[in-house]
Amino acid sequence: MLANSLEERERERRLVGTRLATAALFVLLGLGVILFQLYRLQLEYHDHFAALSTENRVKIQPVPPSRGLIFDSRGVLLADNHPSFSLMITIEKVGDLATTIEALKGLITIQDSDLARFERLKRKRMRFQPIPIRQNLTPEEVARFAVDSYRFPGVEVQAELIRSYPQGPLTAHVLGYVGRINEEDLKRIDKSNYAGTNFIGKGGVELAHEDVLHGRVGYQQVEVNARGRILRTLASTPPIPGQDLYLYLDVRLQQAASEALGANRGAIVAIDPRTGGVLAMVSQPTFDPNPFVEGISQTDYQTLLNAPDRPLYNRAIRGQYPPGSTIKPFIGLGGLALGFITTRKTVYCPGYFSLPGQTHRFRCWRRGGHGTVDLELGIVQSCDVYFYALANQMGVDKLHEFLSEFGFGRRTGVDIAGELAGLLPSRAWKEGVRKQTWYPGETLIMGIGQGYFLATPMQLAAATAALANKGRFIQPRLAYARRVPGAVTATVFPMVSRQIQIPNPGDWDIIIDAMAKVVESPKGTAKHIHSPDYRIAGKTGTSQVFTIGQKERYEAAKVPMHLRDHALFIAFAPVEDPRIAVAVLVENGGSGGATAAPIARRLIDAYLGGSPLTHSGETAGGD
Amino acid sequence: MPIWVAVRSLTRVKQPVAINPLSGCTDWSVEPPQGGWLSRLHLDAPLLIGLLALCGFSLVVIYSAGDREWAMVERQLARQTLALALMLAIAQIHPLQLKRWSLALYGLGVLMLVAVLAIGDIGKGAQRWLDFGFIRFQPSEILKLVVPMTTAWALARRPLPPRLPDILLVGILTLVPAALIAKQPDLGTALLVASAGILVLFIAGVRWRLIIGLLGFLVALAPLVWGHLQDYQRARILTFLNPQSDPLGSGYHIIQSQIAIGSGGLSGKGWLHGTQSHLEFLPERHTDFIFAVIGEEFGFTGILALMALYLFVIGRGLMIAARAQDTYERLLAGSLTLVFFVYLFVNTGMVSGLLPVVGVPLPLISYGGTSMVTLMAGFGMLMAIETRRSRRYQDV
Repeated sequence: MLANSLEERERERRLVGTRLATAALFVLLGLGVILFQLYRLQLEYHDHFAALSTENRVKIQPVPPSRGLIFDSRGVLLADNHPSFSLMITIEKVGDLATTIEALKGLITIQDSDLARFERLKRKRMRFQPIPIRQNLTPEEVARFAVDSYRFPGVEVQAELIRSYPQGPLTAHVLGYVGRINEEDLKRIDKSNYAGTNFIGKGGVELAHEDVLHGRVGYQQVEVNARGRILRTLASTPPIPGQDLYLYLDVRLQQAASEALGANRGAIVAIDPRTGGVLAMVSQPTFDPNPFVEGISQTDYQTLLNAPDRPLYNRAIRGQYPPGSTIKPFIGLGGLALGFITTRKTVYCPGYFSLPGQTHRFRCWRRGGHGTVDLELGIVQSCDVYFYALANQMGVDKLHEFLSEFGFGRRTGVDIAGELAGLLPSRAWKEGVRKQTWYPGETLIMGIGQGYFLATPMQLAAATAALANKGRFIQPRLAYARRVPGAVTATVFPMVSRQIQIPNPGDWDIIIDAMAKVVESPKGTAKHIHSPDYRIAGKTGTSQVFTIGQKERYEAAKVPMHLRDHALFIAFAPVEDPRIAVAVLVENGGSGGATAAPIARRLIDAYLGGSPLTHSGETAGGD
Repeated sequence: MPIWVAVRSLTRVKQPVAINPLSGCTDWSVEPPQGGWLSRLHLDAPLLIGLLALCGFSLVVIYSAGDREWAMVERQLARQTLALALMLAIAQIHPLQLKRWSLALYGLGVLMLVAVLAIGDIGKGAQRWLDFGFIRFQPSEILKLVVPMTTAWALARRPLPPRLPDILLVGILTLVPAALIAKQPDLGTALLVASAGILVLFIAGVRWRLIIGLLGFLVALAPLVWGHLQDYQRARILTFLNPQSDPLGSGYHIIQSQIAIGSGGLSGKGWLHGTQSHLEFLPERHTDFIFAVIGEEFGFTGILALMALYLFVIGRGLMIAARAQDTYERLLAGSLTLVFFVYLFVNTGMVSGLLPVVGVPLPLISYGGTSMVTLMAGFGMLMAIETRRSRRYQDV
């Protein structure tokens, strides 16, 4: 029994011992499997997982550059940046947008207008682009949100630099404005450079000089935790801030131009003929660009868009008007230069002109006629018949060729976005676009700046400046120089100019003298703007909005306002050493001499410091 | 702990059964303890050193995984002290006493499991806790000890290898609590409890045919289990099969864990320098996924060292089992040691992506007291077994 028990116990001990040894083998096998897996993870695929780990924690963050400021020629700030706190929502990171917004309303005032803007921006946004639900948060609101921010993933307070335009409507058509980047903007920009940037130039100088003003985006490598919170910066490439722009524009002159134009619809462009710099550029009526920056409400935008006098319409560079008689000095110069006329050549003006063998009468603005007219009188009195005859002599091809020299029919290339080219008609244009042949009668009315001929005030001012410069055509421009913020020196933008060649340079003086007499001669169409302080050379113009019949007589009072003639005036002063060239256009303003010329005089006074025009009530002068 | 309270006065019970007829001494509980003070305290020096090393390492890793929060280290140290005290207390209980109490404790444990299902607290969607007002604990933890004790008791009554009736008895004794625990639901603990019973059968020498048959039976049972799983448990298994299917949802744990381990490389990113853990990409980093922190900060080298330490503890446990004096002790010691290994295997397998995610902590390292106290109690039993071994009996 005892031995049996002992044997039994020994056998059991052996059995269990074997099983425990087997178990030990299983343990070793199990640990081997685990260690093999770890070997694979830690040694074989280490690089892969190391990369994933870095990807997890290191994020590249764009640091947007601050936008360059814009100053006028005297250093007056025209476009500023001011910091503003906005409550931004990244829709892709928010679970339930409606609930989130409801919850936010409990913390921060969100008005219907904010929601409307949010909805609008939402439609146009890029993926993962944060869009503001509230702007201009007060410090209290920022603090209140900060306390509860953990409840709102995807919502954050962002300090943005918001553009503002201290001069408001006065510079709106010149500067344009910036707005939030939308899908359309994305198509034309380098997306990587705009990572982190919220605003982009939408028009005017802001758009034309976008590359200078924007700068280059910077980057920082940041370490983030699993919730995306930034813990520290590992490395950074600072952004290159946008450069400040200095314009030729003089805000005081701009103000004077705006006041001179008054309640009229129209445009004024003043250029320094020596530099091509735009001293003033006004398009009236205008608008306040500031609401556009933060996203103007739909109703306000519709109101502006549908207003009958079209305040958003930039008449100075997009308004295309028949230049009327203001074109006559250029055609006269062409006649001289190409040898069609001399100063002694005369034309008899009976009050109308007819082509040989035709009965149609092309009328002169003065029904009684000017009698015998030479080039000087033709310009001083703005005799249509003289220029009918000259245009007829030159023909459309020569006219087109010569006027092209002065930039008509082409964009001037001024650094304001959205400029239109006007229209300098030609045989080829009419055959190509209108599918019609060119009629001789069309050459005649082209000679007085009517018909198909269209020019923008900017083109007229540039051409006038070229005249003042005796043929040196300088591309007009707003920006004078750009400066890296804080730098001592600025970089001046290059001047682009070319010389209009004519065989006898004395011809310039002939035309300039004639234009001076428009103001100085007792017979001149703008004689009432004569200044005792300096000499002005100018040319009046009246451009027809609609054509009157052969037997009818144009009477302003009988014509609806929007069909009345546009009043134009081009001028430069002082005649001996021109420092300012001006083109004035008053929509439906009537006669150029009566309406546009005094406006130009006031502007020139403001610039050259002349004594003001006293007898502005006089409506003398024709055309 | 109730067990400890209950048996405190019984540690020096007289043992009237003449198990050792050669000794001529029927009361060997009074046999004077030999060796140094460790032996007098019924502690096994190699095992104790291994456990203390693991506990120390645990504090080092928790300090890092818990973002240098000293309070966490202190809390864990307090738990470790409590667990070691319990181990010391249990080491004083004579194994025969354990054997005698097995069935009663088993009954108590199963009753408490039923109570948990009836009235227990709900935490994380599962009823696991019993709240006695002054103390809250998981009865399922007791079962981790009681099931090996009871099954060992059941098999030790007759010569090994066990016959079919005993195998069936063990099967029932194991599956009843395992099923109750699985119903809480706590799949991880149920798995550990079930494995304790199965391991006892294995050590007891059940024929391979039967073991393979049993495994086959369990595999056949799988579809049935699947039907009773909670949604989150099913998601875990599906995620395990393809973690990339939901990289931000349920697959996130395992992906981030693998990134943490893999990016550790050979030598690791250094203590306190694990980016995955410190930047909170790694979830549950101081509890179930602490192994990933070790892998990230100490690299393959650190993992090898840790595994060597574990192997030492397991090896010592198996040695104690092999050298134990009677069948009950051998089965109990073997089962407890191998359950410890199952802990290790399931946790490291899950963290490294070899097994689906089940809530099993890394034994003695993970932050938290529940499993550690149970494990230490088990090691207390091992020490009790080792230190009661009669020297006169050694060369039998």
